[in-house]
Amino acid sequence: MKYIDPHIHMVSRTTDDYRRMAQAGCVAITEPAFWAGFDRCSVEGFRDYFRQLTVVEPARAAQYGIAHHTWLCINPKEAEDVGFAREVLSIIPEFLDAPTVLGIGEIGLNKNSRNELEVFALHLELAVQRNQMVLVHTPHLEDKRKGTLLIMDAVENAGLTPDRVLIDHVEEHTVGDVLDRGFWAGMTLYPDTKCTPQRAVDILERWGTDRIWLNSAGDWGDSDPLAVPKARMEMRRRRHPEAMIEQVTFGNPIAFLSRSGHFRIDG
Amino acid sequence: MSDGSCPLTDTEVVDQYFLEHRAKVLDVAAFLDRIDRAVHDSTAGDSLTDYRVETLLACIAMLHDGSGDRARRIQERLSDQTVDPIDAAPMQGATGAPAAEADG
Repeated sequence: MKYIDPHIHMVSRTTDDYRRMAQAGCVAITEPAFWAGFDRCSVEGFRDYFRQLTVVEPARAAQYGIAHHTWLCINPKEAEDVGFAREVLSIIPEFLDAPTVLGIGEIGLNKNSRNELEVFALHLELAVQRNQMVLVHTPHLEDKRKGTLLIMDAVENAGLTPDRVLIDHVEEHTVGDVLDRGFWAGMTLYPDTKCTPQRAVDILERWGTDRIWLNSAGDWGDSDPLAVPKARMEMRRRRHPEAMIEQVTFGNPIAFLSRSGHFRIDG
Repeated sequence: MSDGSCPLTDTEVVDQYFLEHRAKVLDVAAFLDRIDRAVHDSTAGDSLTDYRVETLLACIAMLHDGSGDRARRIQERLSDQTVDPIDAAPMQGATGAPAAEADG
């Protein structure tokens, strides 16, 4: 059965991971711009990164039959310097018409600071101006609940319709508010932080399968590029129907991503 | 309590998941023992009163407080409950529990 991993940072992964994902049934991925593990020191560094996301990775993924799409931004972890963030934002429009760019992301908050909120609002403004979809990163651990509430308020204040915004990394204490306010929700499967496959399936059982997807958010840290197929196994282990598994790991991502106008998948 | 949202029977859940959670309880116990055995950092206080460890112990008590919805309630206990943005990010990472001054 085919699946989509709608949030994974393949610039940090090896070619072996592409091969294993393809063998497990992955046919498409989307890769949001994120933090490299260190702060970049020039706008040109971002320009190179955006070229990697829009040119290099799609070609690399295609070798394994995987459709690669991307989202562009300066990540909230590098948003404390508002002046620098504005410079990076100024080059993003150069890339928005590229055929595999889906929108703005992953934007959001990290430590819930005033500067992060300002840079988040600037990204939302760009999304409104260019009619872009938005993929939102919510903060880690103790900062998630507060940040998720601040993020939803900011999105609503910016005038974006919630059905074009996916709020990612939801967990037990945030998923209800995100869905109740009309947003799409993403659950990230991580070994230590965020959701395990077991807890993600618990959340699906409690909150349903509408407007929600699963992703690995595989990157340079502790993460698992095969987390989505492992969650599919967990659903089967509990005797959930194949139609439910297909909806959450294939149908729902297509339903949301197709609204961008740039999402393409063979078959 | 049962709403049938998990297709397995309660007996099947215990049968299928007990061993992995037995292991997780032992991991927590061994972690606390490791703190006891570790070389004491003379510049710090008692590690068992570290805000993260105290929060962890409070969460463990919530496992058997007679109420359901444990995962969501523990997530709330592990969360910053303030509502206003902070003036500046003090770091890029997160510690996993709200600092004492932000707690409550």
